[in-house]
Amino acid sequence: MLRPVLQRVGELLIVFFGVTFLIYAMVFALKGDPIATLAGDRPLPASVVATLRARYHLDDPLWQQYVRYLNGLLHFDLGTDFTGRSVAARMASRWPTTIVLALTAWALEVFFGCALGLIAGLTHGRVPDRLILLGTVLVSSVPIFVVAVTAQLGLGVRLGWFPIAGTREGWPAAFILPAAVIAIFGLAAVSRLMRGSVIDSLESDYVRTLWAKGLSARRVVGVHVLRNAGIPVLTFLAVDLGYLLGGAIVVEGIFNMPGIGGLLFQAIRNHEGPTVVGVSTALILIFLVLSALVDIINSALDPRMRRA
Amino acid sequence: MTELAMATESDQPAVTRRGFWRAVRRRPTFWLCSVVIGLLALISLAPGWFAGWFGSGDPADCDLLSSALGPAAGHPFGYDLQGCDIYSGVIYGTRTSVSVGVLTTAACLVVALVLGTVAGYFGGWVDSVLARLTDVFLGFPFLLGAVVVLGSLNDRGPVTVSLVLALFSWPSMARLVRTCVRQVRDAEYVMSARAMGLRNSRILLRYVLPAAMGPVFALSTILVGAVIVAESTLTFLGVGLQSPSISWGLQLASAQAQFDNYPHMLVFPSVFLTVTVLSLIALGDLLRDVLNPRTR
Repeated sequence: MLRPVLQRVGELLIVFFGVTFLIYAMVFALKGDPIATLAGDRPLPASVVATLRARYHLDDPLWQQYVRYLNGLLHFDLGTDFTGRSVAARMASRWPTTIVLALTAWALEVFFGCALGLIAGLTHGRVPDRLILLGTVLVSSVPIFVVAVTAQLGLGVRLGWFPIAGTREGWPAAFILPAAVIAIFGLAAVSRLMRGSVIDSLESDYVRTLWAKGLSARRVVGVHVLRNAGIPVLTFLAVDLGYLLGGAIVVEGIFNMPGIGGLLFQAIRNHEGPTVVGVSTALILIFLVLSALVDIINSALDPRMRRA
Repeated sequence: MTELAMATESDQPAVTRRGFWRAVRRRPTFWLCSVVIGLLALISLAPGWFAGWFGSGDPADCDLLSSALGPAAGHPFGYDLQGCDIYSGVIYGTRTSVSVGVLTTAACLVVALVLGTVAGYFGGWVDSVLARLTDVFLGFPFLLGAVVVLGSLNDRGPVTVSLVLALFSWPSMARLVRTCVRQVRDAEYVMSARAMGLRNSRILLRYVLPAAMGPVFALSTILVGAVIVAESTLTFLGVGLQSPSISWGLQLASAQAQFDNYPHMLVFPSVFLTVTVLSLIALGDLLRDVLNPRTR
């Protein structure tokens, strides 16, 4: 039990250092002379430059600067924005919206993805299967912002079925439409995975035995096939929740929801570099921890997943 | 893009060229997608000729007096907010969007073929290092990584955007190459080549890599489509291409703000983008099915 956990934690650490170093190198180290950027057109006196370089430790070796940056991250220091507010504090009040949105989208994705995948798997190679495949491929070839804008205009503005933007109407009214847009994009992967594992299960020996035993179709599919086919899908869905937390940038931006994604969206639009980097780094780190947790829980639940 | 890579891995040998044609010949999807993709390739190679079809072939020839007007004679798709012809914009945008897709995929292919082959064929520490490196890149959402890196660049032309997208897309491809190479590494015909005393480079090029070509080609086709979508989304967010580039993403990004009043500005570029990506993904799927008998 302990070994797979340690192994996964080891992997997590490698990815953590890799990702943070990548971000650090890309964003901070390669950006040129920050003091020159700060000064603008007029040259600063040498003494001011020296003081600033000393204050921000710019003359230390690169690895020391990276360690300092890591140390800040571990203390939830994601940097400050241009007005001096801490990025972590600005994120704090926005978590509830994003979490509710992600969970709603996730629920829709689980339900419709599994249902479509099951139908496709049971009608393998026939018309419904083909239609579902076509539909999911079609949906994944449209950029998410086009779908979001169209849904907002069509169902929100023209038909008036849903609130157009913001979260004032509360859950569920204000969340259904944005969540549905997010869910549509996960649907293709979920239904495909479900279809594959339903087909695999239907062809396996134990299902043949069940048919031979004379069980009803409802029992074979509803109890036995569904349960076994569900395992890989659940694993995928758990990791997918992490993606939903970050993938809401576009949708929260378009539907003007006061969540983390909306913050990131506005920060990108307003060219607030430090906020963009801080928020993205936080989301990436949360995603890393979530997916490691999912793997550990999985290996605890299903001994076959443990890698020796 | 992780799922794409995982779904492509298999333990089946590649099908022969003749078997491939036989399997593909009777599928209407294959022909439909190939025709669309061929047409797009022609448009990208000679956008000027296609753009001139309706008389006004210059996407930079704009007249503010016709700002946001709908379809008219000589301008089948209407005008955008700046009064530029949308049809010729879409045609020239094809070149940019398709080049970003192809360039990104080509960069991924080069890196993935070299690293994947070395890791898969020789194994050892190179393999472990590559495995950890791909873990790092596949370990977090693509969009966030691209936002961070692109957001810190000031000058974002098609080449820069392609290279950044490639930075985040090569690992799934490298993993696929590695898997394919490993499958045939110990096959008898490779061992016999080794026993004949051939050089490693010749064994790899003549015997090992051809086995990886099928799945890699299928994934590349899908990747081109995925990159085109990613470019438009990043451009919409404001960290992708910038004008004076002309791309579908830029057209869509500027059109979505006026969607309520002038839907034609969004609809025509969207249709082009969707048809392109749909044919690429559908073709990639089909190739993957055909080249990989197990998933059929």
